[in-house]
Amino acid sequence: MLLIYCPNCLEHREEEEFSYGGEAHIARPLNPETLSDTQWADYLFFRKNPRGIHHEMWYHATGCRRYFNATRNTVTYEILETYQVGTQPQITGTDA
Amino acid sequence: MKRYSGFSLLKNALSYHENWQKVWRNPTPKKDYDVVIVGGGGHGLATAYYLAKVHGITNVAVVEKGYLGGGNTARNTTIIRSNYLWDEAAQLYELSLKLWEGLSQELNYNVMFSQRGVLNLGHNLQDMRDIERRVNANRLNGIDGEVVTPQRIKEIAPLINISPESRYPILGASWQPRGGTARHDAVAWGYARGADALGVDMIQQTEVTGIRRAGGAVVGVETSNGFIGARKVACVTAGNSGVVAAMAGLRLPIESRPLQALVSEPIKPCLDTVVMSNAVHGYISQSDKGDLVIGAGVDSYNGYGQRGSFHVVEHTVQAICELFPAFSRVSMNRQWGGIVDTCPDACPIISKTSVEGLYFNCGWGTGGFKATPGSGYVFADTVANDRPHALAEAFNLDRFNTGALIDEHGAAGVAH
Repeated sequence: MLLIYCPNCLEHREEEEFSYGGEAHIARPLNPETLSDTQWADYLFFRKNPRGIHHEMWYHATGCRRYFNATRNTVTYEILETYQVGTQPQITGTDA
Repeated sequence: MKRYSGFSLLKNALSYHENWQKVWRNPTPKKDYDVVIVGGGGHGLATAYYLAKVHGITNVAVVEKGYLGGGNTARNTTIIRSNYLWDEAAQLYELSLKLWEGLSQELNYNVMFSQRGVLNLGHNLQDMRDIERRVNANRLNGIDGEVVTPQRIKEIAPLINISPESRYPILGASWQPRGGTARHDAVAWGYARGADALGVDMIQQTEVTGIRRAGGAVVGVETSNGFIGARKVACVTAGNSGVVAAMAGLRLPIESRPLQALVSEPIKPCLDTVVMSNAVHGYISQSDKGDLVIGAGVDSYNGYGQRGSFHVVEHTVQAICELFPAFSRVSMNRQWGGIVDTCPDACPIISKTSVEGLYFNCGWGTGGFKATPGSGYVFADTVANDRPHALAEAFNLDRFNTGALIDEHGAAGVAH
């Protein structure tokens, strides 16, 4: 089980309190009607799914009930940082 | 290839079983192949077998980073069924089930396919409506199935708790008598042996690190043991499909997630069918060895670590104890995880790509084992003829652009 630090509640809580929100930093296209099918599909279905560093959303369902972002290694599952939605991660790169 | 038979068993017994032929060769890779298959799991090996057997393409190599059948083929819960809702999926899985029915004879290798039937339980009114709809759809597609009452379920699996007092009472189930289980390793080994006998090279302990292209077409693969030339490259790498696709500059609508399973200590025969439940989320069967084989749900997060979180396993075991109170005192022996390639519509991708000579067979998610023979059959046809097999056509990569998804979350939800 993951132990996740919630940047709103300011403490480590067990994974069962959270739900996974998928890849972070995906901006909804401002003018969907001008996009091609391929561009729209890319927004809807295509994700980075990296083997290594991944920026992702988590929702603290039984705590602050807010989304935040985490940088996690998808091979070791280590959570390297958590940060507020709207801010940028400190840790970037793709190394496993 | 020397055939296995009662006579060969007797003959080899006389020499203390020391002279059995090796099941497959361990060749040094050639410089060039007609087709290189990346990934030596069940689906990859089945693809190699049908390429050689049906299409006469024998200059084929299967390149595997570990050992044959060592990934998800070794990690699944071996359930086989074809009761999918939509025509496209039902036909693909039914082709597979039909191939399973003759597979041991076809391969001259006992895959221990046991048609012990599969129950999919319903615990509320909506479950039952979905089950009725799915069974009717199955029957229209010529797939066996019936809706059964709790009393009939109790006859099929006497240890099950059908009390209306339970937290999530069982209201009925769908029952597919032709479903069942098979021996997971034997499927990989049987296909590998069959393909090897037809001339296919099994290249183990060799990791593909790159896909070399020239002018928009594939020319071969870079591996940890050097370059191997190929006119066509067929990727069947399950959880690592996204990583392999990236080597060719492609993206796939796939997210890789851990899926866990566990087995108990061996106990006497007590469950001679497969029981699965979407609502309480658990599925269980008993292996020939006596272990209870239990499958958990998929973990919510992306991962490649071949392990998941404990609370997912705990949740499943709770469900199993609710369904089978007698199992509450059975000790669990081992627990593990595999990485499954989940697709947005819970259906696979069997497709050509924008790179000439590059093909993908992936996205089987949580339920690929049952499809091993059919997947290999249609993929081999797709690769050999450079156009989708009729049953693979709907599973092309372009469906995510056109929106023609095949939503099988209902039938695939828990069912592996």
